[in-house]
Amino acid sequence: MRKALAVGRKELWQIVRDRRTLMILLFIPAFFLGLYGYALNFDIRHVRLAVMDRENNHDSRELISSFTNSTYFDIVANATSMPDIERMMDRGEVRAALVIPEGMSRDLRSGRVALVQVLINGDNANTATTVFGYAQAIVRGVSAQLQLEMITGGQLAPPISAEPRIWYNPELTSTLFLVPGLIGFIVMISSVVSTSMSIVREKERGTWEQVRMAPISNLSYVVGKTLPYFAISLVSAFLIIAAAMLLFGLPMRGSWLLLLFTVSLYLVGALGTGLLVSTLVDSQSLAFQVSLLVSMLPTILLSGFIFPIASMPAPIRAVTYIVPARYFLVALRAIVLKGVDLHVVSLELAALGVYASGVIGLASARLGKGKA
Amino acid sequence: MRRLGFLVRKEFQELRRNPRMLGVVLFAPVFQLAILGYAATTDVKNVPTIFVDADRSTESRDLIGRFEGSPYFSVIAVTSRDEDVNEALQHRTAWLAVSIPTGYGRSIADGTPVTVQVIADGTDSNSTTVGLAYATSLIAEKAVDVALARLGSRGLALPVGSLDARTRVWFNPQLLSQWFMVPGVLALLLMITTTVLGAVAIVREKELGTLEQLNVTPLRRWEMTVGKLLPFGLIGVIQVFLVVAVTVLWFQIPLRGSFALLFGLSLVYLLCTLSLGLLVSTLSNTQQQAMMTAVFFFLVPMIYLSGFIFPIENMPAIIQPLTYLIPLRYFLVIVRGIFLKGTGLESFWPDALMMLAWGLTVLTLATIRSRKTLK
Repeated sequence: MRKALAVGRKELWQIVRDRRTLMILLFIPAFFLGLYGYALNFDIRHVRLAVMDRENNHDSRELISSFTNSTYFDIVANATSMPDIERMMDRGEVRAALVIPEGMSRDLRSGRVALVQVLINGDNANTATTVFGYAQAIVRGVSAQLQLEMITGGQLAPPISAEPRIWYNPELTSTLFLVPGLIGFIVMISSVVSTSMSIVREKERGTWEQVRMAPISNLSYVVGKTLPYFAISLVSAFLIIAAAMLLFGLPMRGSWLLLLFTVSLYLVGALGTGLLVSTLVDSQSLAFQVSLLVSMLPTILLSGFIFPIASMPAPIRAVTYIVPARYFLVALRAIVLKGVDLHVVSLELAALGVYASGVIGLASARLGKGKA
Repeated sequence: MRRLGFLVRKEFQELRRNPRMLGVVLFAPVFQLAILGYAATTDVKNVPTIFVDADRSTESRDLIGRFEGSPYFSVIAVTSRDEDVNEALQHRTAWLAVSIPTGYGRSIADGTPVTVQVIADGTDSNSTTVGLAYATSLIAEKAVDVALARLGSRGLALPVGSLDARTRVWFNPQLLSQWFMVPGVLALLLMITTTVLGAVAIVREKELGTLEQLNVTPLRRWEMTVGKLLPFGLIGVIQVFLVVAVTVLWFQIPLRGSFALLFGLSLVYLLCTLSLGLLVSTLSNTQQQAMMTAVFFFLVPMIYLSGFIFPIENMPAIIQPLTYLIPLRYFLVIVRGIFLKGTGLESFWPDALMMLAWGLTVLTLATIRSRKTLK
């Protein structure tokens, strides 16, 4: 342990001497969170909608009002013809259009299927997919509602009704969902990036031989190398979390101790990933490439940060199990937004623990090979 | 010119001696693109749903069956304890909980109205909104069937039609997120790998102490910058071919526009990313510094503010002008345009021009800076 501390002290000196790196590691993450948390949102609100109502009766107005009662759509234009709509879509004046055909109510009342047209601008597939799903669901809901009115003559309460309730984020703002994801991403990147060069740098500069001769075990060496970065990253992680609470009203409904433990486990895994990369490559430039490739896009795309894992194809879902951010995000969101206890997130913490000991173990083993 | 040739040859030799680097730079992006292209979808499907069935009747099982049969939901558990809902939502094993009260089946038989509670985990706001709307409509459809059956039992029949949405999506008719995301991932992977290549180019020589040697050769500054960039440019070109091949052959995304145009503009894009890398290299003293600078000041902001995932028009008005400083923004418009819409220069020439101007400016800055560092 004393030896590990000595290595740690040496590494810390090296970091402190490089002022720019230290400042970047400490403060840029919190700044990032402020910038991106402010800049980015996924909220689909007030999609500009054109309506062409060829029916103009009670039923069609019912349908239109279900579109506008959601905050998703704002009617900005009443179109009179299809070319009219096409022109508005092409110019980007509207991003969606609802076309109610003549005879919709007649079809409905004579047992036929009335086709309502919904047009969506698909140039941003992410937003369009959500709008698409929502519009489909609205039409189905209105369809059932009109059918019930027909059957009961609008006199009776429906035999079954749904009472929706939304927990944890009743205003449904995307910020509360995105901010924990950003925290996971920023922590991952800065940790992997900071350690991925630490060992290979010694190799490249030729100081590795000295380390090899030193009477120190692999594990103590790895621990010593990681410790200072761990301390810096932990400070920076809590600066980010503090920023998230101050700037974006991220609540803290769970226990700080549990949060500290979760963040620490995740950090060890992330730093270990960097170290492992460092032991696998033989030049800093390669370490640079590999560490970005393993940490950047997978953490954005495969962690559930933005894209729901449940919607991914099965083989890709299987791949997400090796992405530590996946577990961290579930645990972080559960702790801060839902205030859960240890036993609820124990599976995630166990997975993070396995990942962390796995990469640290592999890194020490790789180091052993280099030393022998 | 001959001197330039020598430098280029030296750089190539260095690359040859480092075959792993070449392997990583050429094949890792291909592999990543093939996986990541599938991950990015905001489709709401298989929403994990838990049922609290306090009734345990034929009717309640029928409702559960409707959710099981729907592509939008996947029923993960049917329980009779309310606490299980809490746990499942907290843990996010379920996003949605439907609670069927006792007496549900009897109420339906009696004809008294009954309410089913639908509880949603609101943390993922978009998926929740869509999932909740589907759940509500599914329950309403069940209500219609109950009302119809009641009518039928009284010997009455009513022709009941339904509404159906025919949805048409402009510009991306299949509404495949892949069509939108894969060209984006392609642009991003090119940016990451080539910027990194450029970012270590000069600082590595500094760190190894060989920059002094280059310094005393009669090599002009611009020859030095260009000589450093040319070999990386060639790697970038091979990368472009590989990732475009994956996009077209593996993901079957049709290349509607001209390949020659895509290729030409990719070269301009590479000019931007490599020059940016080089600029970072001249601004740093160690490779670690170069890495930090590249990642934190350039790559990460570019990923988030380019419109790669988050729509620029959703950003606050103060942030939007910042996005014009990002070459990835222009290249995304270009690749998505060429791939999805089959458009040509006539529609995105301003983007192409801005990208070219950006690349040349940064290259000039890097050349000036490299002169300064060398003195």
